[in-house]
Amino acid sequence: MKTDNMVHMANQIAQFFASYPHEEAVAGVADHIQKFWEKRMRQQLSEYIAGGGGGLNELALEAAKRLG
Amino acid sequence: MPVIKEVDYGTPLRVAETLVTLEIDGKPVTVPAGTSVMRAAVDAGVQVPKLCATDNVEAFGSCRLCLVEVEGRRGTPASCTTLAEPGMKVKTQSPKLAKLRRGVMELYISDHPLDCLTCAANGDCELQDMAGVVGLREVRYGYEGANHLKAKKDESNPYFTFDPAKCIVCSRCVRACEEVQGTFALTIEGRGFESKVAAGNQDFLNSECVSCGACVQACPTATLVEKSVIAKGQAEHSVVTTCAYCGVGCAFKAEMQGNEVVRMVPYKDGKANHGHSCVKGRFAWGYATHKDRITKPMIREKITDPWREVSWEEAIGRAASEFKRIQAKYGQDSVGGITSSRCTNEESYLVQKLIRAAFGNNNTDTCARVCHSPTGYGLKTTFGTSAGTQNFDSVEQADVIMVIGANPTDAHPVFASQMKKRLREGARLIVVDPRQIDLVKMPHVEAQYHLPLRPGTNVAVINAIAHVIVTEGLVDETFVKERCDVAAFENWRKFIAEERNSPETLAPITGVPAKDVRAAARLYATGGNGAIYYGLGVTEHSQGSTMVMGMANLAMATGNLGRPGVGVNPLRGQNNVQGACDMGSFPHEFTGYRHVSDEPTRHLFEQDWGVELRGDPGLRIPNMLDAAVDGTFKGLYVQGEDIAQSDPNTKHVTAGLAAMECVVVQDLFLNETAMYAHVFLPGSSFLEKDGTFTNAERRISPVRKAMAPMGGLADWEITVALSNALGYPMHYNHASEIMDEIARLTPTFAGVSFARLDELGSIQWPCNEKAPEGTPVMHIGGFARGKGKFMITEFVATDERTTGRFPLVLTTGRILSQYNVGAQTRRTDNNVWHHEDVLEIHPFDAENRGIEQGDLVAIASRAGETTLRAEVTERIQPGVVYTTFHHPVTGANVVTTEFTDWATGCPEYKVTAVEVRLAKRMSEWQEHYLETRRQTTKIEHGTGAAK
Repeated sequence: MKTDNMVHMANQIAQFFASYPHEEAVAGVADHIQKFWEKRMRQQLSEYIAGGGGGLNELALEAAKRLG
Repeated sequence: MPVIKEVDYGTPLRVAETLVTLEIDGKPVTVPAGTSVMRAAVDAGVQVPKLCATDNVEAFGSCRLCLVEVEGRRGTPASCTTLAEPGMKVKTQSPKLAKLRRGVMELYISDHPLDCLTCAANGDCELQDMAGVVGLREVRYGYEGANHLKAKKDESNPYFTFDPAKCIVCSRCVRACEEVQGTFALTIEGRGFESKVAAGNQDFLNSECVSCGACVQACPTATLVEKSVIAKGQAEHSVVTTCAYCGVGCAFKAEMQGNEVVRMVPYKDGKANHGHSCVKGRFAWGYATHKDRITKPMIREKITDPWREVSWEEAIGRAASEFKRIQAKYGQDSVGGITSSRCTNEESYLVQKLIRAAFGNNNTDTCARVCHSPTGYGLKTTFGTSAGTQNFDSVEQADVIMVIGANPTDAHPVFASQMKKRLREGARLIVVDPRQIDLVKMPHVEAQYHLPLRPGTNVAVINAIAHVIVTEGLVDETFVKERCDVAAFENWRKFIAEERNSPETLAPITGVPAKDVRAAARLYATGGNGAIYYGLGVTEHSQGSTMVMGMANLAMATGNLGRPGVGVNPLRGQNNVQGACDMGSFPHEFTGYRHVSDEPTRHLFEQDWGVELRGDPGLRIPNMLDAAVDGTFKGLYVQGEDIAQSDPNTKHVTAGLAAMECVVVQDLFLNETAMYAHVFLPGSSFLEKDGTFTNAERRISPVRKAMAPMGGLADWEITVALSNALGYPMHYNHASEIMDEIARLTPTFAGVSFARLDELGSIQWPCNEKAPEGTPVMHIGGFARGKGKFMITEFVATDERTTGRFPLVLTTGRILSQYNVGAQTRRTDNNVWHHEDVLEIHPFDAENRGIEQGDLVAIASRAGETTLRAEVTERIQPGVVYTTFHHPVTGANVVTTEFTDWATGCPEYKVTAVEVRLAKRMSEWQEHYLETRRQTTKIEHGTGAAK
């Protein structure tokens, strides 16, 4: 997947959960990605974060770091 | 079974608590108050002769054939217009009545062609029947007087003829057009002897007629008759089955001569359609035997090679060996499969089973991904199950109907007729749509409020409506307290009450005047039973799932759930969208919406299927294509779906398909996706197999085999053969055994079986021990998830923004005569109404660009460019353009982008920033498409041992 698309998708998820209290929001984003993203997509996200994660919003970044 | 003739009770059923007992020809009978004597007679086993009466329209009392005598009363009243009364004693036969009836028939026949033996309705003519019933032996008036026998026949409609010479002016067609269909296209013109049925001042084709067939169905003579009946004659047997078009799921009688369909007639006992139909289901079935059907399996090495016809064994063997080779080389996750919502439940179930069990991954998806996946997510989150809350009949008890992002008169016409009937009875209507859809203003229907929002601002509008309800004290506090998660509600209440969600604050974003939003909100909250119906104008947005939750919030806040007349109701696009989702076709869940990571569920399937299953989600359709472009996804099994035409950003889709090493397409036709395929497996139409479809109201209806599969195998048999060749044997002798397995593994289907469907006709899930006959209305007394959950629905503008370069917004949709990618309807005479996709553009935008009606225009987005003809119209607001995607050469999806719903990946078809300009020739993409199509669809016939 194009990196831009992946970042866009992760940020969209974070935008939805951003309305909730911080801990609930982080858990919500992480849970959503865990439940709906295939492992290649999760892997790509993890690698992207390892490379700095530029463009990801704070909530998406924090949640993505929790992914197994 | 022989041709099914349903009982015609003459007048509509009445429902009343008060019962009335009367006597008819000495037989006592008890009926609901308001029932006609004619209908009561049928209940008593007595048929009163009739011509102008039929039970799907109100009594008219014009033919004077149904006269009866009532003890103690003078005269001979018409039994159709006389209501049953307690103690009434009715006589339907007497010398006096016989004489009167014969006299009436004499008058009719004196002005009717005496060509019964060569008439298309011979054997199916009520006039002929009544002549026999009344014992007509002579016509004293002769046949030489003034008559209508030379009146000109209207053959303009491609599917039926209108022969006024045979018309008895009973008005059944006119009343059916009004009462059943709600179009009001027909009228009786003139008075007395000059009276005649007319479609305005036009022929039928150019009139307001929508070719639903209600008039043909209602006609008691051969005045309105199907051209197929004229050509072939009367059927000798019929098969009750379910339409394969939209999500209404109409029941039809396929009337047959041997293996050939003579006509499709809507089935009166069909619980979704009650004997009504639309132009697609009623008439557009010719595709099933169209010359384009591929009936032999084919293979090829490269997509530029010609197709080679081979045996089933060779084709299945090639597909299996290729999938195995690819998995051995690129890994277990390098292959997957897609089903279509046109497939039966049993077919969808088997494909996902093959993928999970034989491929050993969860790379299964269905085309609901690109239409209603947000419905699944949104309703499951808020209510606990991924389905609409009501049955269609619920609309008959709605007081306020809110239609959001749906165009039922075009996309769900039979349900639209039911809705229009309720609106004519006085229910009030709110339409939320960027376009002025027909429902906004049409004969005898007018929306109280049309909120013509800007595309992409649904969530802002629903939040503004909710804001009014919360801040003006219109919340149903009792319902919320008893039925919902109160903490979640309080959070939502606080959020929604913020000024930033007010209609006034949001008006500059939505383009909808605040006063209209306020008025619509008050009406929905206080107008009685409030029912929301919505379509893809809700789901196909970057905030599609948020919007579904926003509507669910609104219904919970106002207590509009858990009883007839209310609810949140998705109008599903295709026939089996609901079923495809129910059947575990999504990569993250098994049947019944249970996540693959849920261990008890997974173990249940593992035990039943005898194989270890994966607990991590697989790829969704767009992500399969991404992975293909990335080089990690190499093989795809596509059953009945045409992603190369229907999915967004066509260039990306075709790049993904072209990057794969084995694409297996199972379909009726060499569709657009088949241009990129290596194995073609000929599929079977809905007429050629057994199975079930589940419509938008969760109604599981039987699909019954009316003819043998043209390719030799039903689709489920093909999947079984493929699975066997892959080394995962499947053992089914009949589609019913697949449903038995589904029922065994899915709590909401536990009580469903083919035998039960035969018994009940159709079943709405959940159907189990708690609800052995199914569940018409969900969430009565409690939500599926326990307490209803309010979700916070912050409006987030789409990133697809208009710019100086792309200043207009393109939104896409559907029209009445064509269906989805058009693979079926384009191969019928429905093309007479829509032979090409056009671009609707407002006169203001057209004038600014020098565009006139019918001009060829180019439409370009950042994704691509195509050309089509301009339709200059005020149906669409300035700044917005609209088109359909029924014709592949139009390439509407060349223009749409890869932006998707945040939760489900459903494409944002409804918002694409574009520019439109005059064009002199086709776009480069279109020229390339036509050349590619020419190169990739060659067939070398008879090169293999096809069996």
